[in-house]
Formats: sequence, C-alpha cells, structure tokens
Amino acid sequence: MRFSIFGLVANAFSGHGRWQRTWRDAVPRDAYDVVIVGGGGHGLATAYYLAKVHGITNVAVIEKSWIGGGNAGRNTTIIRSNYGLEGNTAFYERSMKLWEGLEQDLNYNAMVSQRGVLNLYHSDGQRDAFARRGNAMRLHGVDAELLDTAHVRNMAPYLNFDNARFPVMGGLLQRRGGTARHDAVVWGYARAASDLGVDIIQNCELTGFMRTADGTVVGVETTRGSIRAKKVGVAVAGNSSRVAAMAGLRLPIESHVLQAFVSEALKPIIPGVITFGAGHFYISQSDKGGLVFGGDIDGYNSYASRGNLPTVEDVCEGGMAIMPMIGRARLLRSWGGIVDMSMDGSPIIDRSPIEGLYLNAGWCYGGFKATPASGLAFAHLLATDRPEETAVAYRLDRFATGRIIDEKGQGAQPNLH
Amino acid sequence: MRLPCPYCGQRDSREFVYRGDAAPTRPSSEEGMYDYVYLRDNVPGPMREHWYHAQGCRNWITVTRDTRTHRISAAVLAREDSR
Repeated sequence: MRFSIFGLVANAFSGHGRWQRTWRDAVPRDAYDVVIVGGGGHGLATAYYLAKVHGITNVAVIEKSWIGGGNAGRNTTIIRSNYGLEGNTAFYERSMKLWEGLEQDLNYNAMVSQRGVLNLYHSDGQRDAFARRGNAMRLHGVDAELLDTAHVRNMAPYLNFDNARFPVMGGLLQRRGGTARHDAVVWGYARAASDLGVDIIQNCELTGFMRTADGTVVGVETTRGSIRAKKVGVAVAGNSSRVAAMAGLRLPIESHVLQAFVSEALKPIIPGVITFGAGHFYISQSDKGGLVFGGDIDGYNSYASRGNLPTVEDVCEGGMAIMPMIGRARLLRSWGGIVDMSMDGSPIIDRSPIEGLYLNAGWCYGGFKATPASGLAFAHLLATDRPEETAVAYRLDRFATGRIIDEKGQGAQPNLH
Repeated sequence: MRLPCPYCGQRDSREFVYRGDAAPTRPSSEEGMYDYVYLRDNVPGPMREHWYHAQGCRNWITVTRDTRTHRISAAVLAREDSR
C-alpha cells in the first residue's frame, strides 16, 4: 500500500476503515542469512538497506520488546551534521543527505524538518573553535555559517544576551539541520523493510549466541527459540556490553543514562534547535508545541532508564540562564535512556573479533541523527565484509592503535564526552 | 542519590566526582595498558566504583552500587579497600 494524498482522501471518506497494517509482525523461522539484534532505528534501517541496496531479503530483526521502544523513542529527535573531525564529518553528512531524501525513499512521512541547528558561543576562544569546525564542515561540502550577535538576536531575541558569565557573542548555524519525528522513522523503516521481505520479530529477547567448536557465531538463542544465521549484527546501543558479554567480548563502552524533558505545548516560539553547550543545555520545539530539551548525561554508569534530580536541576538552570522566559513553562514529562558511552565519544561499526558477529555500537548521545547512515554502513559491512566508505574510521581496534576520534578531546573518560 | 561516605556519612551525590569502575588496575608494563585504559565490564548489577568526595572530606571511596537500581550496598575508603 502506497501512501499518497489521494489515498488519504479516499480513506477519509470511507471512515478510515481500510488502512492496512503498516508492517508484518513476523514469527521466527529456523534460519536466516542475517539476523539483526535490536529493533530500533539503527537495526531496522540496517535491515532495510540490506534488502534494498544489497538484495539480501532473508533477514530477521529481533527485538526484546516492541520496535522503537528503546533509545529510538527516547531521544530529542535532532538531526545535524556539524562534526569537525576526519572520520565523522563525511559520515554524518551522508546521514543528512539520506534524511533529506528519506520520506520519498520510504514513502513515509517522517516529518523531517530542516529548521536549523544553532550552537551559541560566548568567548573569543569558543568562536575560534566554532569557526574551525565550521570551516572543516564547509571543506567537506556541509553547510555552516558563523553568526555574530546581531544575527542571533534577529533569530532568537529572547535569549539572555547580556549574561555576565556567558554573553551571547554569536553562533555556528547549520541551516540544513533540524528535527525528525523519531517514531515515524522507526515505523517508516519497519514498513519499508517488511515490504521487502524482512521479518520483524518482537518480544524476542536474545539470550545467547549459537557457536561452533571454533567459536564462530552461527545463530542466536532467544526467548522464542533458536534461530540460525550466517551473520549476526548487533545494534543494541545502551546494552552493547551486555550482548557482547554473551559472546565473551569486552567493549570500550560504558552505559550511562541521558535524560530529556518536554514542556506543555506552547505557541511557536523557538524556530530551530538552539544549543547552549557552555551551560549544558539545548532546546527545540516540537510540531505539537512542546519545548523539548536536555543537557548532560547523569555521569555515572547506569542501566536504570531514569535519572536523578541533580541533572534535572542542572539542565533547568542552564535553560533559565540562557532563556529566562522558559521559567513560565510547565514541565510535562521527563525520561531517561541508556546510552553506550564509548571511550572517545564516537561510534563503532565493525566486524567483531568473532567470526560471524558484527557490531554497531557506541553511539553515545548522538545515535538518532545517524540512523540512516548507520543502517547504510552496517548493511554494507554485513553484506560485503568491508566498511562503507564514510564509516571506515569507526573501527573497534582504533583504541588499541591510537586512531581515536575524540571530538571533545576528553580522553578515555566516557562520562565527560 | 546519596552516597554513604565512610567519613562524612550520607551526602548528596553532587558533592562527589565519579571516576568509574574500580576493577581495572594499572598494569606494570605496556602490556595490558589497552585493557586498563579502554575496556570495561560495564556490568548491569552491583558494581564497585570509585567516587571522590571533592566537596567534602576529599577522600576517595569505593562504593558498591547496583547500576540497575542505584541501590548502594557498601562504601569504604578506597585506601582501606581490600580487593
């Protein structure tokens, strides 16, 4: 079933009784060419690109709960490609280009809205760092504009420009950045993958790996039985270490909780995404009107999908400092997601040291924007055993070889990335 | 979350700096350095970890905390912590 304006009108006049199921809820078969563990955005995108680009349709995505119920449904929906380091810039721009064509490609409204991402700066040193990052982006063909105070004042007159500690001196703007509807991204990929023959299996939790005598992974053990597979791809960010431990692997990753917040719905006030990095705060406004905002991770290892109050206070203080008007808005909800904090703040898309087992992990707090390119690159790796050209830097062994990609320059201290 | 500092008693977690898993120990040679610096067990469950009471007694303490529930079962001074 293709979605179109004509279909919508026809269904509207027939009482919306004829819509078909968006995707098939499959029952596991005995064997597949590829089993992907994790029915989030990355896993479903991987399945879709395996089927579409590589013609591998004998694929299952297994998910312990319901699809999109983990971090795919817990993020703040921001898309951007404003990265400055070799290894990151081209990959995230590949993702941005995929976002730009995603809805036509999937025939699904993912509400991709390029409303701009503005990073504020407050000192000469920070401006210089932003100028350097902006230049690196432009050299890779990514759009970036360095704005002065007057430009920012024009875009967001309600900011606290004359804060004594953090006066707003300007910002780095990526106009092509913005937001997308995270649930729709999951459903869109699920529908497109399902249409191409991929089995999406929910309530199917991984309990172990099927191994041969020499250690090769040849399938998965699940709560719904054993499933053989020629290759197994793991895309379970937040729980990557737990799953890797089932195969006897240790990863350069710690699990941390990241909180996010949404206010009651308000009239349109914030045009795009505004980040106040110096104050550990960023904000955007959803199409429904809620102010969606967040800040730092809580800072200690956690598998509890809820945070503690000090971070709530810290985020709200940051918001009040840069945008005093939000003090009048009422907080509607807050929630937490468990993220893979890697040792250099960058992801891993690579073969594991174990034959038959492939890793997609370490997305820190930035996995949502990467969803399309992550799926494309992981599918390429699973299909060809070679890294996709924009993802060659995301090797698992880069920590041993010293080729780390540390945008923030914090070193091996995951809670500071 | 409050941490039971052995010297100061129950104190707000904001007074502490988190250092992470207490299990890795510095190897005497370059061999094992990669494991020590980068690899973590990242356990879901009780975990021994180092916290520094920066805004208190300035002791390093070893806290045993369940990473799924934040329940704390033990806290001792790191220098008295028998491994």
